[in-house]
Amino acid sequence: MWDYTGKVKEHFLNPQNVGYITDADGTGEVGSLACGDALRLMFKLDDDGRISECKFQTFGCASAIASSSALTEMVIGMTLEEAEKITNQDIAEALGGLPDEKMHCSVMGREALEAAIANYRGGEGTAKKVEGHITCICFGISDKDIERAITENQLTSVEEVTNYTKAGGGCKGCHEEIGEIISRVTGAEPTEPVPVEEPKRKLTNIQKIQMITETIDREVRPALQKDGGDIELIDVEGDMVIVSMRGNCAQCSVAQFTLRDVVQAKLREFVDEDLQVMEA
Amino acid sequence: MDHIYLDNNATTMMAPEVLAKMQPLFTEMYGNPSSMHSFGGAVARHLNEARENVAALLGASPSEIVFTSGGSEGDNLAIRGTLEALAGRKRHIITTRVEHPAVHGTCRYLKKQGYRLTELSVDRNGALDLQELRDAITPDTAIVSIMWANNETGVIFPIEEIAQIVKSRGVVLHVDAVQSVGKIPVDLSKTPIDLLCLSGHKLHGPKGIGAMYARKGTKLVPLIMGGHQENNKRAGTENVPGIVGLGTACDLARRYLDEEFGKVREMRDRLEKGLLDSCTDATLNGGDERLPNTVNISFEYVEGEAILLMIDQLGISASSGSACASGSLEPSHVMRAMGVPFTQAHGSIRFSLSRYNKMEEMDHVIEHLPGIIDRLREMSPFTSGKAWQGTPIDHDH
Repeated sequence: MWDYTGKVKEHFLNPQNVGYITDADGTGEVGSLACGDALRLMFKLDDDGRISECKFQTFGCASAIASSSALTEMVIGMTLEEAEKITNQDIAEALGGLPDEKMHCSVMGREALEAAIANYRGGEGTAKKVEGHITCICFGISDKDIERAITENQLTSVEEVTNYTKAGGGCKGCHEEIGEIISRVTGAEPTEPVPVEEPKRKLTNIQKIQMITETIDREVRPALQKDGGDIELIDVEGDMVIVSMRGNCAQCSVAQFTLRDVVQAKLREFVDEDLQVMEA
Repeated sequence: MDHIYLDNNATTMMAPEVLAKMQPLFTEMYGNPSSMHSFGGAVARHLNEARENVAALLGASPSEIVFTSGGSEGDNLAIRGTLEALAGRKRHIITTRVEHPAVHGTCRYLKKQGYRLTELSVDRNGALDLQELRDAITPDTAIVSIMWANNETGVIFPIEEIAQIVKSRGVVLHVDAVQSVGKIPVDLSKTPIDLLCLSGHKLHGPKGIGAMYARKGTKLVPLIMGGHQENNKRAGTENVPGIVGLGTACDLARRYLDEEFGKVREMRDRLEKGLLDSCTDATLNGGDERLPNTVNISFEYVEGEAILLMIDQLGISASSGSACASGSLEPSHVMRAMGVPFTQAHGSIRFSLSRYNKMEEMDHVIEHLPGIIDRLREMSPFTSGKAWQGTPIDHDH
């Protein structure tokens, strides 16, 4: 259960200014069905250049609907110059705050308003203009969007960027890039929880020897035998694995290379990363 | 109508009989069942009775029952305990894409630890392709972990057939039966499953207690080391009140199983048909073979969390596979694995019933939900017939 404020619930259960303006002066559209939330914001100006009517249509959760409703109430009566100064923080404040995970709803409101104003001024297209390059392909969020959210909301971690923009909330493939953007904007390393080192499986010597034998049989020997060579496990002392090369491999000048790079790598991957391979 | 609870796959009301049986174990009967004195011995008898009740519901022997703290611990113990007992001799795990996080998360962790993981896919109805399972099993396969019934859709997997396939290849089979025990017949004397887990609070028992069935001879390294309790499979002084509660819940489940099949299914069918008939653009998620208590419906063009909060105002509790409701930004992994389009996945609602529901509660939901869906659709930019530009995205890259 989300911890929504009374204001959010009020705007969600009784949203203000829901609808479509057929002869709107400006229309902005952000989001999509696939993303899970989408907002169309429309306004009409009066003769003094003030917003006389503002309507929204929103697909999304309670906080998306509430953010849209609150935003329409805020902008009615404003000039476009005043309206474009509205930040996502202003929208969140009008709602008495939003849960961290839902801050992107306030950002979506601000973006739709900007798109609507741009639509009025530029004439063409109602969609939000993509500036910069797309960092998060899952949700279509650009590096410029991320930079702006970081600056306006003093964000310091990838998780916060996801909460505010949704960027990084899908496949997570862009987390590194988001980290770089945070460093670039704030001049500091992103503060992320330090990944907990997983405790190593402690193997008994018998288990270790068994796993080494199996790994050599499965991963190493077939390749060596193809070249007319072979390998034999001589001994295991602690992390030291002593092997002997046979057949063609015994005389081969690249055998040392094979040992370190293939046998050791395979044993480290499948058995224990501290293992050292030596030739008898 | 004060409160209509339709979220029984999340947790259930504890049966009053369960609480009554547990009460003395909190107060006067506080002895340690492992003690030599008769004061502890009296408690041990309750423990044994509970074990017998759990075993009877499963068609198992009491010595094959290990009490755990719940479904998640059971799943962890079954999977990790089996792998550890194999000491790395086999390093391949087979599971499905629609498992509960207790299995899904455990397997993903093990993959990071170097195990090979195969996640079997499901079709649009949530069904497995058993040929994919046959093809996936190799001599290196250590364990196959497949749920009996899905918590989100109620889809039942053909466990008998799966067990025949897996056992004919000599591989350990673990079944997460948290959603099926107490709802459909589970008979381990007929189905060759090695490890099976259940949870107390999903069948009108207490929270914090569960049981794992481990077929006689199944090798397992415990997760919790220490004393000899639970046949050396789970150390620690027993949660006696919880165990007695679970035993009572299993005894009740055995007696009410026919009711669960009959009355509960009747209510579920009424709700399902009523909602599909009265709402446009509503689709059922999951095929015909489903738990008798579960229905999962997608309402297109509306978002699940918004629906849940609206019906919450009417005292109706349900759950959703939408992104917002799941606390992440993407819809549930089950909906995605089934290939439910995003337009439908975001608006999926699960209703899960129990024997404590009443037919008039179904009628109440059927009466009120369509209006709520209409109201939310009126707000949506996708149902106004106007072209949408919005944000270009590549959600399936």
